[in-house]
Amino acid sequence: MKVLVCVKQTFDTEAKIELKDGKISDAGINLIINPYDEVAVEGGIQLKEKKIADEVVVISAGADKAMDAIRTALAMGADRGILVKQDTAADEYARAVALAAAIKAENPDLVLAGHVAADDGSSQVPTRIAEILGLPHVNVITGIEIAGGKATCTCEADGGTAVTEVTMPAVVSSQVSWNEPRYPSMKGIMAAKKKPVATVDAAAVDNKIKIVEFALPAAKLAGIKLEDDADVCAVKLADWMKNTVKVEVK
Amino acid sequence: MAGTWVFVEQKDGNIRKVTFEMLSELKKGGDEVAAVVFGKGVEGLASELAKYGADKVYVADDDIFASYNTGAYVAQIVAMINEFSPNALLFAHSFNGRDMASRLAQKLEAGLATDAVAADISAGKGVFTRSIYAGKALAKVEVSGTPVLATIRPGVWEVGAAAGAGAVVKAAVAATAADVYQVAKSFVPTVSARPDLAEAAVVVSGGRGCKGPDGIKLVEELADMLGAAVGGSRASIDSGWLGHELQVGQTGKVVLPNLYIAAGISGAIQHLAGMSSSKFIAAINTDTEAPIFSVSDFGVVSDLFKVIPVLMSELKK
Repeated sequence: MKVLVCVKQTFDTEAKIELKDGKISDAGINLIINPYDEVAVEGGIQLKEKKIADEVVVISAGADKAMDAIRTALAMGADRGILVKQDTAADEYARAVALAAAIKAENPDLVLAGHVAADDGSSQVPTRIAEILGLPHVNVITGIEIAGGKATCTCEADGGTAVTEVTMPAVVSSQVSWNEPRYPSMKGIMAAKKKPVATVDAAAVDNKIKIVEFALPAAKLAGIKLEDDADVCAVKLADWMKNTVKVEVK
Repeated sequence: MAGTWVFVEQKDGNIRKVTFEMLSELKKGGDEVAAVVFGKGVEGLASELAKYGADKVYVADDDIFASYNTGAYVAQIVAMINEFSPNALLFAHSFNGRDMASRLAQKLEAGLATDAVAADISAGKGVFTRSIYAGKALAKVEVSGTPVLATIRPGVWEVGAAAGAGAVVKAAVAATAADVYQVAKSFVPTVSARPDLAEAAVVVSGGRGCKGPDGIKLVEELADMLGAAVGGSRASIDSGWLGHELQVGQTGKVVLPNLYIAAGISGAIQHLAGMSSSKFIAAINTDTEAPIFSVSDFGVVSDLFKVIPVLMSELKK
């Protein structure tokens, strides 16, 4: 069974966002694998360790520097990589079209991806890829069992836990609580340097969404800060909650 | 006018509040507002939807829609879009809403603004404000097409009182068994008497300062007194004191309650991203330098183990 994992290179989640010339500035920002995708990489590697998968291929669409994200995934244990060279301004539609074309050429049994990216937060690309490829999709999974050509997924649905079964090939999107991604070992990092990474150009398609502008949210002014005896603070806080916030107490 | 549609988010006949929020907000505009509801035995929901602004209620009632499944729901909505040509179609930014909207958008080869916090919809065009980097920045995006597609974050709009006529339009069932590709094996509801984190009016969150289950228990007691949801920072989730579904922040949930109480949370950027849009924020932390105080309306530099018990007895008075 061949597993293909989609990874997106994103800003470190601790990064402070600043604007430069009306765009999000990436100056001095540490770039990482989107945490939701990192979990998908780990999930793919675990399937190989369990001898369910024979090969784990990692794919990323983006600029040349996305190669770092691919190398990190290879250092974790993926077998080879594909970089789909694409302008980072590609929207979800253009991104999905580019990735789907490269995925189709690989003909995988299972496509894994994070259910959302920590940067644009749009939660669209894996679902769009599934639609383009005409494959079933299961969203926000926290577990997967594979047997008899079927993937049985545990999902973090709204209000509960759902178990959903689909026939493979399928696209499955991961929640961060699925697993604990490993750190690449020194041996893994060395091995990753020798693993093959193919580079392809993205299919040329136009974005469907137009960015009008970027902005930063209005800075919130800090309010009252009390440094006093705990009892005094608690009384004043209760008073503020009752009279300013007007909370209802059960 | 073909109207602006809201896809109704419901489970077993219980409509989620975000549906009413969308109907109420759209009712302020000039276009006809329609609710679209799929399910089995759901026609009776029309009167409730009318109360919050639905002029029309499109109903697709069939066993195949009894519970959400992407394939059948998308096939059905595509048929209805082709028949009625709505100007815009809004979904809740929820587990089901974003799944259905993304699949639909790709089927129509259209753009989609997900997790929008503001909308300006005109014929053939919608300008949406999206919260990106979990709220650390905002992007204004333009989506064109018929219909204009977006998913809306729960809690950004108020539920209003303007009613609509609620005229029921029964839609022909277009989905077939061949459209269903997911087999639902089981659903186990989260057993909690507390409200959903994404929709709660009050959220009480505990962090590293809770030091363990005893501190979290205090947070939960305060939450229950306020009818609040419980949340946590990454520290308390990684320590196993709370389940991941309760994590607030960039790799968890983004919340915007009326009141957010951060107990023992220092306020890492990734946590602030998930809660700093709350209307009121109270923080309890022993470290006067904690970043959480830079976003809080009411900060208490003290020990939560001392403050919360007194706070609860004061609130009871």
